[in-house]
Amino acid sequence: MANEGPGKRIDQPTGTETVGHEWDGIEELDTPLPRWWLWTFYLTIIFSIGYVIAYPAWPMIDRATAGMLGWSSRGQLSEEMSAADQARATVREQLARIPLERLPENSDLMQQAVAGGAAAFRVNCVQCHGSGAAGSQELGYPNLNDDDWLWGGDLKAIEYTLVHGIREAGDDETRSSVMPPFAGAFDSAQLDALTDHVLSLSGKADANAVGAQIYADNCAACHGVRGEGDRAQGAPTLNDAIWLRGSSRDQIKQQILNPRMGMMPKWEGRLDPVTIKMLAAYVHSLGGGENFVEVAEDPEVEVDEQP
Amino acid sequence: MSNPDDPRKDGERDWSVVVEDGIAKSNEPVSSAVADAEAATRRHEPHEPPRQSLPEKLYEPRKAVHNKRIDGPFRRFKWLVMVVTLGIYYITPWLRWDRGPYSPDQAVLVDLANRRFYMFSIEIWPHEFYFVAGLLIMAGIGLFLVTSAVGRAWCGYACPQTVWTDLFQHVDRFVDGDRNARMRLDAAPWTWGKVTRRGLKWSIYAVIGFVTGGAWILYFADAPSLFRDFFAGEAAPVAYITVAILTLTTVTLGGFMREQVCIYMCPWPRIQTALMDEKSLLVTYKDWRGEPRGSLKKSKKDPDQFGDCIDCMQCVQVCPTGIDIREGPQIGCITCALCIDACDRVMADIGRPRGLIDYATLEDCEREAAGGEPKAPWRTLLHPRTIAYFMIWAGIGGALLFALGTRSHTELTVAPDRNPPFMLLSDGSVRNSYTLKLRNMESRPREMEIAVEGLPGAIMWTDTIGRDNAAAAQTVTVPADLVRQVRAYVAVPAGGTSQQFTFRVTSLDEQRETDVVETRFDAPEDE
Repeated sequence: MANEGPGKRIDQPTGTETVGHEWDGIEELDTPLPRWWLWTFYLTIIFSIGYVIAYPAWPMIDRATAGMLGWSSRGQLSEEMSAADQARATVREQLARIPLERLPENSDLMQQAVAGGAAAFRVNCVQCHGSGAAGSQELGYPNLNDDDWLWGGDLKAIEYTLVHGIREAGDDETRSSVMPPFAGAFDSAQLDALTDHVLSLSGKADANAVGAQIYADNCAACHGVRGEGDRAQGAPTLNDAIWLRGSSRDQIKQQILNPRMGMMPKWEGRLDPVTIKMLAAYVHSLGGGENFVEVAEDPEVEVDEQP
Repeated sequence: MSNPDDPRKDGERDWSVVVEDGIAKSNEPVSSAVADAEAATRRHEPHEPPRQSLPEKLYEPRKAVHNKRIDGPFRRFKWLVMVVTLGIYYITPWLRWDRGPYSPDQAVLVDLANRRFYMFSIEIWPHEFYFVAGLLIMAGIGLFLVTSAVGRAWCGYACPQTVWTDLFQHVDRFVDGDRNARMRLDAAPWTWGKVTRRGLKWSIYAVIGFVTGGAWILYFADAPSLFRDFFAGEAAPVAYITVAILTLTTVTLGGFMREQVCIYMCPWPRIQTALMDEKSLLVTYKDWRGEPRGSLKKSKKDPDQFGDCIDCMQCVQVCPTGIDIREGPQIGCITCALCIDACDRVMADIGRPRGLIDYATLEDCEREAAGGEPKAPWRTLLHPRTIAYFMIWAGIGGALLFALGTRSHTELTVAPDRNPPFMLLSDGSVRNSYTLKLRNMESRPREMEIAVEGLPGAIMWTDTIGRDNAAAAQTVTVPADLVRQVRAYVAVPAGGTSQQFTFRVTSLDEQRETDVVETRFDAPEDE
């Protein structure tokens, strides 16, 4: 069938005009759009005019037109962020005001502090202490779940460690101690005897007089006569089951001859005091937290704004 | 047809035969007995089908239904059902039910915010949603049961669409008058009088719609306070949006679409046609008695020639869906039985027996037409299919009640810590940590004892009970109607091994409900 000239044909069975095109005998009917569809289409055009005026729309050279409402996705994000910050503001304010000694008594606030601390821990602490806070024996990162603390495990002590760090250069108040290397000080028999004595403190080996004498002369000053350690100077307890650097004879010998000592950065200045407080609460809550040896005399009066 | 003798207008095509490439191809069936052999092959060759047979229009405009007022036993029953169903709908949220100080006192409450569903003395938690699923299954099978016994009784009396349509039709009658007045008004030009009447009618529609939507939201919050907040403008936006949507749908579906919902939108009539059989009750015109129709005058003149139907059209005029029941059972018939009322009244007036249109089973109709006696109504209800449906329905109901009666209001879940799996303590003992969830479904706080069983020498302490007080069992208080999360630390002395053990929780009240969960204790492998 050839195209029948420029005029549009009326299709007989349907009575509808054709659009005037023809492909291999196939013609297209010019059926009008359904009314509701057409009006919806016009409505979208009207809507788009208003939208273009109100919102960013036309791309220009370096940015799009701003729109009357001044809306931007970045602005919306920052609004939502500040709304979230405001929602947290009350809790943070309460946390800033409450002395750490009083925190465990306020179980609601304590819960929120633990939750906030868990979030901060995942960002700042897991790199060394691990996501479960179990530390690493090989690398000497302490396990924070257990009940063995080098520098003290009550809330205040944990917070102090967080604020000032351990062996942090440039902080006068950092927790600091040094174990001298004993390489060359003992001969091999003496070293064996000393290692035996150290192991005997926790019942892992038999005691011997030579080792006990060497221990009393060189080690007891810091680690204590019975190996009970000294938290004031961070000397580890030697008579318990927990060994930060391993409990095998070789590992103990290595630690005597050439001790490795861990370092923890101070978080003062990097994290705000409230976050540090929350971290202390979280670490304390992991299962090994200790009660205060002595609670401050009247802590409700001395409100510490800047812990 | 391809008869060349048929008169045909100029230019009109003969669609029964298509000529392509000089060969006439028929669109009508060609019998191989009469046609030549080639015709049978030719007609299968592809060619344009006859477009003539396409319907001219796929859209049928609605014909307004102006049903006439009628009174009678079925109409009165319909009034009763309307009052009862609307009464249930509007009064239920206001019923109170005392559950003590820790739970809401609304008898029926779907508390979405707190994930609780209250229905009188029953309280359902989200994990027990199978009770709701069971109720929905019962509702479904209940509809099967009703349909197989009494046909589309749900459609005719209790369906919300029917009840609200009925209500709106009464409003029409109240504002515009009965059938004839309404038809006149429809045809009348838009005078100020008509505008006023329409305005009044549609305002009443809007009020009904608003009240419908307004009552709905009361099921989802404490009704008195929500009612107050709603009019004070302090209710949640979702309340206003819900009311607005339901107002709109009520007015649209009940005020304007009406029977079109039943005929075109609702799937239920189509399912019901599959559920009904010759033993189901339905509203039937007894054609063997009524046909042929003839007016009173004609049948007086010629009594043997005509049936009982005098073609007064009363049955059509009272029909809320505007059908003619005399055409037989059809999808538009919701079996509201108003035509029975209308026909019985006419039959009484002209002194003929009632029941020309009546509730009957198709089986009964056949028996009656053959001159037999109709069955007693209770016998039509008690056929095997109905009894089977009832047994299934009652079985599910009984099972649900049993489950409801024996369910425990105390439950425990245990999640062991996996990182780290165990913890060496300084005295050489090994500790595992667990997150316990204690569920208290009573609406009062309860003391619960958590005990470690099957783990030699084990002691336990929690996030609130310090290690100084560690023991093999601990008591915690679980708040009313809540789940309490407890961190439990379980330690065994040095030398313990990895093994399974159980946590047992026991409610320390007269119920002594208990739940046991088996879990694992991990210990370091020997060095």
